[in-house]
Amino acid sequence: MPFQQRSITTGRSPILLVVLGLTGLTFFVVPLLGLLWRVPWKRTPDLLTSQMVLDALRLSVIASLAATAISCVIGVPLAWLLARAEFPGKAIVRSIVTLPLVLPPVVGGTALLFALGRRGLVGGPLNQVTGLLMPFSLWGVILAATFVAMPFLVITVEGALHNLDEKHERAAASLGASRWMVIRRITVPMIAPSLIAGLALTWARAFGEFGATVTFAGNLQGRTQTLPLAVFVALESDRDAAVAISMIMVFVSLIVLIALRDRWWR
Amino acid sequence: MAKIWVVIGLVLLLSTACSESSSEYDSTGSFAPTPSGEDQVLVSAATSLTAVFAELSSEFESANPGIDVVLNFAGSTALREQILEGAPIDVFASADRSNMQRAVESGEVEGRPEIFARNVLQIAVSAGNPADVTGLDDFARSELLIGLCISTVPCGELAREALAKEGVTPSIDSVEPNVRALLTKVEAGELDAGITYLTDVLFASDAIEGIDLPSGQNVIAEYPIAVLTNARSPAAAAMFMKFVLSGEAQSILHEYGFISP
Repeated sequence: MPFQQRSITTGRSPILLVVLGLTGLTFFVVPLLGLLWRVPWKRTPDLLTSQMVLDALRLSVIASLAATAISCVIGVPLAWLLARAEFPGKAIVRSIVTLPLVLPPVVGGTALLFALGRRGLVGGPLNQVTGLLMPFSLWGVILAATFVAMPFLVITVEGALHNLDEKHERAAASLGASRWMVIRRITVPMIAPSLIAGLALTWARAFGEFGATVTFAGNLQGRTQTLPLAVFVALESDRDAAVAISMIMVFVSLIVLIALRDRWWR
Repeated sequence: MAKIWVVIGLVLLLSTACSESSSEYDSTGSFAPTPSGEDQVLVSAATSLTAVFAELSSEFESANPGIDVVLNFAGSTALREQILEGAPIDVFASADRSNMQRAVESGEVEGRPEIFARNVLQIAVSAGNPADVTGLDDFARSELLIGLCISTVPCGELAREALAKEGVTPSIDSVEPNVRALLTKVEAGELDAGITYLTDVLFASDAIEGIDLPSGQNVIAEYPIAVLTNARSPAAAAMFMKFVLSGEAQSILHEYGFISP
């Protein structure tokens, strides 16, 4: 139990911090209890095996995993550029990358619609040349989730790269390793815990994505309706179903975060 | 450097957000405590009433200087939920009978609701009608991008009723949470057609065109209004309701495309 060891070495925590900290904790716990309190336990198995929920679950799993994979392929190199490359306007680039964290997701969805929609800046020409249509499709769901979730990965990995002592990389390079080999054999293994933590956060954010999805990808059962959208729809028709789906989302996200924390986070 | 930019960006974001919301509050009256002698009437009205109720409330306020009308717009279902959860609302104007009926059954309504307006459906397409939509039959064309309001709000319920009456099974591509969200996507040209109210199309931008439904195919929306039992200023609330039913208010509603009951 590292918690006990630490409290022995640093003495007792100041009472004010304990009170304020516990208030902070309560603020997170009470809404969860509010949800638990309304769970219709008897009806839950039926509610969660309805076609709407199964469709939404399938789409949520596919879209959140795809968004995490895309974020990994293009987000990690972006984090590397931000941490290691020197270029003008880096501060602005970094702000743009973190913007989706503070923007209302609806704004992100609107921006995606006007950029990648059928009449959009990029989406228009793309649609004319390839016939591809982003909104109202699974692609739209994946893009919306990637847009809001990837900053978590970029920030986490960039932070890890900053904290990484470059002497190991320099040593490997001095021994004749190519730049790619240094990245593959030294850099990536050394930032692995942060990389995995970042991927977990990215996945969790993508799994819970609502605003950008409903704005950009629309809301259609079996095609673009993910679990959060199903909760939103159910809230106005069957509140028990909304609570049951919410419960599942809390449960799944919590399990993933706890599992990863024990294995990889420090 | 990086931190400075983030701070500047956040300050700009927050300042625009604040100025926007404060100007919005000014147009509907302030939420600050009113000076003594001034009654405040809190009106929850359906989204499709946004434009016309803004005008109705300013007309009412200038005729009754002691009363301040504050407007709260959302989908009728969301408004009904807020009322059932105990929101301190004085007047409820719904876009359908069923949400009003739920409020009546829960004992939230003082007296009886009255229908103050009717509305009809219209097909909304983007300017120039590029997909060549002519009627409800086109909603079955799978190559078109079709949107409807969600079935839990009145515009979605009525649209499905009209389609069912014609025996059309729509090939839906998106189900939007409310009328405004649906109009925005038709306006942007992302959806080829949607079904909204005539009044929404009338006051939408030039990027939207309306296609009338033959009267035999159309479905009529009825808007009931009522004073609520939780009203903080019941007398002023009753005055506002009476005004909405008056000839003066009816002619304003008519200008906005609504039909008198």
